[in-house]
Amino acid sequence: MAIAEAETQIIGGIAAKFRTCPASGLKIDLAAERLIKANAVASIVFLAIGGLFGLLVALTRWQTVHILPADMFYLALTAHGLDVLLVWIIFFEMAVLYFCSAVLLNCRLATPKLGWVAFVLMIAGAVLANVAVLQGNSSVMFTSYVPMKADPNFYLGIILFAVGALIGCFMFLGTLVIAKDEKTYEGSIPLVTFGALTACIIAIFSIAAGAIILLPTWLWSLGYISHIDTVMYKLVWWAMGHGTQQVNVAAHVAIWYAVAAILLGAKPLSEKVSRTAFLLYILFLQLASAHHLLVEPGLSEEWQIFNTSYAIYLAVLGSMIHGMTVTGAVEAAQRRNGYTRGAFEWLRKAPWGNPAFAGMFLSLIMFGFLGGISGVVLGTEQLNIMLHNTIYVPGHFHATVVAGTTLAFMALTYLVLPLIFQKQVVWPKLARLQPYIFAVGVAGISLFMMGAGTLGVARRHWDIGFADAPMSFSYPAAAHLMLALNGIFAVIASIGGILFVLIAVGTVLWGKPVTAENIVESLGPMPKKQVTDAVSTYGNAGTWHLPGTYILVAVFFLSFVLYYFVNWKYLSEIWPLS
Amino acid sequence: MTDATEQADDVPTPERSLRIPVMQRVLDNPFLLLFIGVTVPTVFYILWGLIELTQIPIAN
Ligand code: HEM
Ligand SMILES: [Cu+2]
Repeated sequence: MAIAEAETQIIGGIAAKFRTCPASGLKIDLAAERLIKANAVASIVFLAIGGLFGLLVALTRWQTVHILPADMFYLALTAHGLDVLLVWIIFFEMAVLYFCSAVLLNCRLATPKLGWVAFVLMIAGAVLANVAVLQGNSSVMFTSYVPMKADPNFYLGIILFAVGALIGCFMFLGTLVIAKDEKTYEGSIPLVTFGALTACIIAIFSIAAGAIILLPTWLWSLGYISHIDTVMYKLVWWAMGHGTQQVNVAAHVAIWYAVAAILLGAKPLSEKVSRTAFLLYILFLQLASAHHLLVEPGLSEEWQIFNTSYAIYLAVLGSMIHGMTVTGAVEAAQRRNGYTRGAFEWLRKAPWGNPAFAGMFLSLIMFGFLGGISGVVLGTEQLNIMLHNTIYVPGHFHATVVAGTTLAFMALTYLVLPLIFQKQVVWPKLARLQPYIFAVGVAGISLFMMGAGTLGVARRHWDIGFADAPMSFSYPAAAHLMLALNGIFAVIASIGGILFVLIAVGTVLWGKPVTAENIVESLGPMPKKQVTDAVSTYGNAGTWHLPGTYILVAVFFLSFVLYYFVNWKYLSEIWPLS
Repeated sequence: MTDATEQADDVPTPERSLRIPVMQRVLDNPFLLLFIGVTVPTVFYILWGLIELTQIPIAN
């Protein structure tokens, strides 16, 4: 650690210790740095645990392997959803919030002591909920729909975790206030921080909704409340269940911009357009929670359609804008870096050997093509009925939350290790391959789960062979094939995941120290080894000459329209109109 | 809410407000954004949804 270089500064009467980042010149508050490290390490531990449960689940759904008995399957499925969707992602997001506020704004972190309270609450909550699940009386899946009842500690654990995360969100806002007061930046906050602010706002709504519904549910499991209405539970719960996914989207979009800025010096094509796209998220993204309730009786068509189509297409528009402007920003930067030949030299000569870039760009492409398109299909009220509660749904969200969010977080980790942990990534050759292995595996599980779902296979179903069921049904052989392929790609994804965990842990423990001399190489291969301050400043790329991006966008729209209408055609075959 | 009003004491001077477009001032105000981001889904998703649920007749 560069403690020797650390300097103490008294700002506004409060002392904070800083070191200066040799790559960017940013001043880094050591208290923020310690919190970022702790949250990042915790997140990766839970990714490892949750990922292994995912592998067990996938191997069980592969009918010829069918590794777990029924009760263990539901236990593993609950642990998987809990540990990866909530714990891994939200711990990492806490690190992202501290990074995007204190570090990018060149500022001290608000109330770092409270940050440790938040951290301890989150660890305690995560451990409590995990112990409850492993004891076997809480296999209610992470959605914990009432009247299924889990052990009280399951709910209490999630509530403690949520309260901790909420504290982290308010510390982010507090740090924005400090940075403004102490004038540590000029004009508007940087775009990446704005993206993190979007994530933080959506998180505050979502986490509060979760705490509000889980509190009475906890009391109910303790016996103090006699009844919780099932539809009301689902309505409020999904404000959290869906909302936290939108936190992920906002966070990983911010990370796309950050990685492109750090490695390529990319600037957004238009600050105005990108910020407006984030505003569309703040306004509309959370309404789409309603797509989880499209088959629920008791909610009107008007409510369903308003919340899942009119409003939400504006949020989808936001995502398409980001997809296009991140790609465009990369193209503009690469053209400025000298790769100007043809429509795609900028892409061919991009630093594909840098795991941070590769992970980020694969995340962008897979999130758009696999996650985005399947999401619009699922969110369309009429089409949803064909796919609701089939394994198409996990197929879709492994494209968003694993290929999109998890891969983007992995990509950022390859920069956080040298910049914050000040350690050089160990095993660089393996690190170079890791994002590709993981991406291939995840693309496979997403596509094959979607394939099986299109054939009608249910999600959360232990045995589609119906061996000991009173009623039997046989799925087409193709459905079994899809689940087998899903199992094979799950093994590939797990290898990618395990490599990531080993590299990250190995680097923290044994990585060579990063110094002012080797910092730039430590970030991995990049064009002309340039590090700019694009990530922490306001400013546009200043060009719209982006032929490659326009071609990619056209391909995207074509795929989108084709796939969308294919699904309407399926629907018309289920219910012929004549 | 209260936070949004607190922001108001850094009301821009007339010249400054002429220079900074309204939209940018909205985007630069995190607490206003927080207010919007919490109110919109609370009203359209949660409250509207809960109102509909209370209209369901109780089974006998
Ligand atoms: C090695 C990587 C992974 C594999 C092989 C995997 C596989 C699976 C499978 C097979 C299912 C069960 C589908 C069903 O029967 O309904 C599932 C469910 C799920 N996965 Fe994953 N997954 C992986 C990583 C992740 C990650 C990183 C996340 C989140 C960031 C995630 C989130 C979920 C969620 C939320 C569910 C739904 C659980 C439920 O229905 O209660 N998975 N996963
Ligand atoms: Cu959703």
